[in-house]
Amino acid sequence: MANKLKLAIYWAAACGGCDVAILDTDEKILNIAEAADIVLWPIAMDFKYEDLYKMEPGSIDVCLYNGAVRTSEQEELARALRDRSNVMVAFGACASWGGIPGLANLVTREEIFNTVYKETVTTINEDDIRPATNYQGSHGELHLPKIYDRVWSLDQVVDVDYYVPGCPPTPETIWTAVEAIVTGNLPPKGSVIGGTKSLCDTCEREKTEKKITQFKRPFEIIADPKKCLLEQGLVCCGPVTRDGCGHRCTNNNMPCRGCYGPSEKVNDQGARLLNAIASIMDVKDEKSAAELAATWEDPAGTAYRFGLPKSLIFDYKKGGK
Amino acid sequence: MAKYTRITIDPITRLEGHGKIEVFLDDAGNVEQAYLQIPELRGFEKFCEGRPAEEMPQITSRICGVCPEAHHLASTKALDAVWHVEPPSAAKKLRELFYNAHMLHSHIAHFYALAAPDFVVGPGADKKDRNILGVIAKVGLETGQEVIKHRSYAQKIQAMIGGKATHPSCGLPGGLSKPITEEEREKIESMALSLVDFAEVSLQIFNDVVLKNKDYVDLILSDTYSLNPYSMGMVDNNNHVNFYDGMMRITDPEGKEFVKFSAGEYNKHFAEHVEPWSYLKFPYLKNVGWKGLVDGIESGLVWVGPLGRLNAADGMATARANKAYQEMYSTLGGKPGKATLAHHWARLVELMYAAERLLELSQDPEITSTEVRAIPTETPTEGIGIVEAPRGTLMHHYVTDERGMIRKANLVVASAHGYGAMNISVDKAAKGLIKGGQVDEAAKNMIEMAFRAYDPCFGCSTHTLPGKLPLVIRVYDKTGKKLMDLEW
Repeated sequence: MANKLKLAIYWAAACGGCDVAILDTDEKILNIAEAADIVLWPIAMDFKYEDLYKMEPGSIDVCLYNGAVRTSEQEELARALRDRSNVMVAFGACASWGGIPGLANLVTREEIFNTVYKETVTTINEDDIRPATNYQGSHGELHLPKIYDRVWSLDQVVDVDYYVPGCPPTPETIWTAVEAIVTGNLPPKGSVIGGTKSLCDTCEREKTEKKITQFKRPFEIIADPKKCLLEQGLVCCGPVTRDGCGHRCTNNNMPCRGCYGPSEKVNDQGARLLNAIASIMDVKDEKSAAELAATWEDPAGTAYRFGLPKSLIFDYKKGGK
Repeated sequence: MAKYTRITIDPITRLEGHGKIEVFLDDAGNVEQAYLQIPELRGFEKFCEGRPAEEMPQITSRICGVCPEAHHLASTKALDAVWHVEPPSAAKKLRELFYNAHMLHSHIAHFYALAAPDFVVGPGADKKDRNILGVIAKVGLETGQEVIKHRSYAQKIQAMIGGKATHPSCGLPGGLSKPITEEEREKIESMALSLVDFAEVSLQIFNDVVLKNKDYVDLILSDTYSLNPYSMGMVDNNNHVNFYDGMMRITDPEGKEFVKFSAGEYNKHFAEHVEPWSYLKFPYLKNVGWKGLVDGIESGLVWVGPLGRLNAADGMATARANKAYQEMYSTLGGKPGKATLAHHWARLVELMYAAERLLELSQDPEITSTEVRAIPTETPTEGIGIVEAPRGTLMHHYVTDERGMIRKANLVVASAHGYGAMNISVDKAAKGLIKGGQVDEAAKNMIEMAFRAYDPCFGCSTHTLPGKLPLVIRVYDKTGKKLMDLEW
């Protein structure tokens, strides 16, 4: 038993979907349990932070960290796990690029607090009470972690060895990663464990090099299930997104929203999508281009749906520039 | 001021999301007060502003990866209302089928992976064993594989309709993105048949492991684990439980109907209170009022989730589930059930209902109809959508502009509804279990059992979304001369 891997699974600013995705490996979860001793996994195991803090540096073989970093507690845990883990994996879209919680970088913390604790229709808060990091209650002091002013990807906070993409990663992607870890057959540091092509490259929908004459929204049309969604006017992130997801959304007759992150040669997924879309717009001049562009609703929220914290304007190390 | 010592449980475990418990002791080492704190907020309500409303089912499913279908469908129903569009009958049935498969996944995961370790392995077992692997070691690999197989069935059915089980992409205002084929229907039907049998086995396991053990029955019925709040759930025309659609019904602590209302009237009945020691708000009945963390008829706190739903209904709409419902209340000593730990039992009654309803719908001749979309034609405005999430009532409320872009979003989620009651349950358990400063690992876990019964999801509760990012594409010709700025 001494040879069993020591595995930690942790969630930060996440939804729990990555943890469920691990369960979705079905009977293989028993193989994982056979190959590894899980030393921290809050959704399923009772180990506490005090158990983690007792562990020596390097005593965890692999940490699968899912979720973005939004609070002081999540940063502390990222550092504590990094210190103790030989291999640190950013697991899923949120840890890798910020994910959907990363859309919060479009607003400030104060705007969020005002909306949540004051403005929503069901909130009644006449004394304008706000949750406080230190609160002197009648029985003693109570502490809450600090909520940061922006969302960080894991690699902006600690050094990351590998990335497992997806929201959530497919069981196949997870199993590929687990096999690589268990056999020690690991790719170069910094690798993304997923496909190498773009979703478009491997999509079986029929493409005709047609230009976009009009942007459509998914609720406005019943899309032809055989033809390229982009050519039907539906904005699809397939051209700039890594494959390996099994085309789960496009097979469901819905456009890709980019959850597998930027494909191999793409740096800024959103900027590249804007570029890709602009290049297939059927326009003659600045005026017609501007008119057509105006009919694409919410390009920022679409092109950066899963990766705003890793876009060029937000991508720097926490504490750096 | 007297000095208090404290006991901290951080993080609380075997739940979805983040939380910690702080217990303050007096000089004699008895519990003054216990707090269940939620240390996170993600802010979905704010960052949804400015998004196209039809993207909301996929954005808000990321609030919770354990109950993504609940958010996906509450959001999709809100979009039906925003666009004033009625989905075709087949679309509604297919959504409900999809949703019952979801309940099966969530309830199986909770009962076996999160709750069962406390009963099958034991509340005071070593924490290394107090988990699903410990459960499998006790019940045998064969039963363990049945659990894995049936949860996997539920996930596969959701993936057939939603594209993927976790974070589906099928919901649109007026229907679903695609129908199912006859071949898929046959697969669903055969899995549903097996799931009904599995639900029966699960009820039997509960009977054998829990109900035949006097210590557990005493624990369930003890004052330490009892509460007396209002109860809420969605009901059909016969006041039977329905997860996908119906009226909201609330019963008082004596079991009498307090109010019945439709989704659109939600904010007449509910308000949310803010405390400085938690990022999560406390919903309560507006017409009863916020009275602090106390239960009883004078306090507006409500039980939701399995026991809340069963308390608020008159029965189950399917035969086997209704039989299990009657048996449960006869052991509990009638309605309303006040035993917090009976949430686990109620969850299994619902497991049976979800399996039976899934089977019924899979045999419905309309279920393979290709008429699953109605294209909206009216100007979008405002809409509220409610479903019963596995953990309780979930409400999505959107206000849009005339193009269907989100101006305001409000989300009142299942585990938030239960948060006030959960705090009282944790406090009562701590007071019952810690005396004279004596506390061991078993007692700490048994305090956690008080919240675990609710199957809380603090991923859901820390949602709240935000805005805008001006983008400019600068177009150059191949000599590097700027042709235009394209603003988005």
